[in-house]
Amino acid sequence: MKPKDLPEKELRPVVNESGIEVKPLYTAADVEASGGAGMIGLPGEYPFARGIHPTMYRKQPWTMRQYTGFGNAADTNQRFHYLIANGQTGLNVAFDLPTQCGMDSDDPQAEGEVGRVGMAVDTLRDFEIAFEGVDLERITVSLTINGAAAILIAMYLAMAEKRGYDLTKLRGTAQNDILKEFVGRGTWVYPVEPSIRLVGDTIEYCAKHAPKYSPVSVCGYHIRESGADPAQEMAYAFCIAKAYADDVIRRGLPVDEFAGRLSFNFNCFGNLFEQVAKFRAGRSLWAKIMKEQYHAAKPGSMWLRMIAGGGGGGLTFEQPELNIVRGAYYALICALSGTQTMALCCFDEAYTIPSEYAQRISLRTMQMLIEEMGLTDTVDPLGGSYYVETLTNQMRARMEAIMAEVDAQGGIVKLIAEGAIQAKVSAQAYRHQRDVDAGTFRKVGVNCYRTEDKTPEMEFHPYKDEDARAQVQALDKVRAERDAARVQAALARVQADARSGANLMPAIMDAVKAYASVGEITNELVGVFGRFREPVRF
Amino acid sequence: MKKIKIVLAKPGLDGHDQGAKVVARALMDAGFEVIYTGLRQTPEAIARIALDEDADVIALSSMAGSHLPICKKLKPLLEQAGLADKLWVIGGNLPAQDHDALRALGFKGIFPSSSKLDDIINYIRTNAP
Repeated sequence: MKPKDLPEKELRPVVNESGIEVKPLYTAADVEASGGAGMIGLPGEYPFARGIHPTMYRKQPWTMRQYTGFGNAADTNQRFHYLIANGQTGLNVAFDLPTQCGMDSDDPQAEGEVGRVGMAVDTLRDFEIAFEGVDLERITVSLTINGAAAILIAMYLAMAEKRGYDLTKLRGTAQNDILKEFVGRGTWVYPVEPSIRLVGDTIEYCAKHAPKYSPVSVCGYHIRESGADPAQEMAYAFCIAKAYADDVIRRGLPVDEFAGRLSFNFNCFGNLFEQVAKFRAGRSLWAKIMKEQYHAAKPGSMWLRMIAGGGGGGLTFEQPELNIVRGAYYALICALSGTQTMALCCFDEAYTIPSEYAQRISLRTMQMLIEEMGLTDTVDPLGGSYYVETLTNQMRARMEAIMAEVDAQGGIVKLIAEGAIQAKVSAQAYRHQRDVDAGTFRKVGVNCYRTEDKTPEMEFHPYKDEDARAQVQALDKVRAERDAARVQAALARVQADARSGANLMPAIMDAVKAYASVGEITNELVGVFGRFREPVRF
Repeated sequence: MKKIKIVLAKPGLDGHDQGAKVVARALMDAGFEVIYTGLRQTPEAIARIALDEDADVIALSSMAGSHLPICKKLKPLLEQAGLADKLWVIGGNLPAQDHDALRALGFKGIFPSSSKLDDIINYIRTNAP
């Protein structure tokens, strides 16, 4: 049947979350009308829509990197070894909120929060314990840290150096995307401008001293969780990545010396085809931006290297066991999309810190795709589908339009500092929640197919106040044992370099090696930079 | 008629504010006056804002598990500020096993994940002083 023969008027209209009308049938004519096949190309070749490497998973499956961390460093180390023993190939560290906000465990504001949603870190000693017995060449480590990222990157490098690793060969990633923290997630410390400078300092420092380390993972993920649609998720992330790149280029570093180590973090819940098209479109758009706007010459500078997965915003509190199934679909989406690394939210995550059992199910979900389902056999298996190629073109056009709109309104840094992006996505989140409550946006188990049958009991992660006290005692012990004069000198240098505008990383490296704490270093920087004042707009 | 005035706060270090902002919009759309505090409010700050604003309702949003220690600290501060007769409500990631403890601390309205916006609105309309 030809499209014109379809009784389209009688069919229910379908518009995806990014605002693109979805047809009941696609043909070659739709690909042509949406911009043609010019951006498809081959994997491993510009514009990389089909993948950044020629053979992708056939050569090496995605890295499996479940988000983990709780209590103190020893507790977290134990879970790391459990996951590695179960076949996990990377680590993704969760830190508690005091650490994320640049506070020590004995800070009055940290009371009740030490070790609760992640691992507590005060000094280099905690990093030494957390990664004990982990082969940092075989297992790459991703640090989910933003406001305190410069300090924790320094701790990671110092810990690796102490263990004899060559920093010029050390791989790993830090999230270190502060601009998105102002939009969603909220672990900011300093005002916007010095926050960007700190990100630039880490990129510049790593380019020179740890060139295989990825100092930034720009996150669309949390902007999506805050209410952005999938096209906005990627477009805003690219605007933010450009803001960091611009800061580094202003320092005189050529684009090809750092762009290859920029990485990204995207969400995956929602319509399967829209998601796959989003990733393919994003890959080709980022390559185009780096080539045409930044004149990158190395292919690696144009690669959209990413972790994809999570999907927290798509998981439900109701009938939580259904989240196992959702997680499997999300993993499928990511595998069909050519991500470098995958992490899945666990089925119990709407309730608690994931149990070992839930983590293992997420890990097995990814392993099934590799071992049983053939997802690693062939590159970009949906490439060439009329629907997917049309949608990829349309999603790319949507992203470009959103980026142009941001530029026309004064740029992403200004819009975030004023709270304008926050207000926009939060208004969308509200409309979405109204649609879910009204049942016009369908969620299985939430607004349709509800059940009164009992669902499995959740195993709640225990929180023990005595662990927090032990963490404070351990910090006291480090403070008593360290060379106080060396700490004072190192902290004075942090303050001086913050004032002078020098790259802060050498001073922060000195400070962490002297066992200065997260809170002590942060306070020096706050003394110079001040604290962010949140524009409360919604 | 005077509008019901709600101080909606994000206590502690938790940065997950999507839910709080969604609820704030819903409450404003329903005709209430809403003062949203923004992130990282200490119990002292919440009590002070509630007093300064002459709030009828003190609402908290907590997603990161520290609701009990926060409410324990906040209760005496709200009482000292003379706000014991106001309506105290809390929403967010609140395990069922903690609901009795929250109620005992004076938080009469408890809205865990999956609560409907209209249920929150109706509860406040019915129970605000």
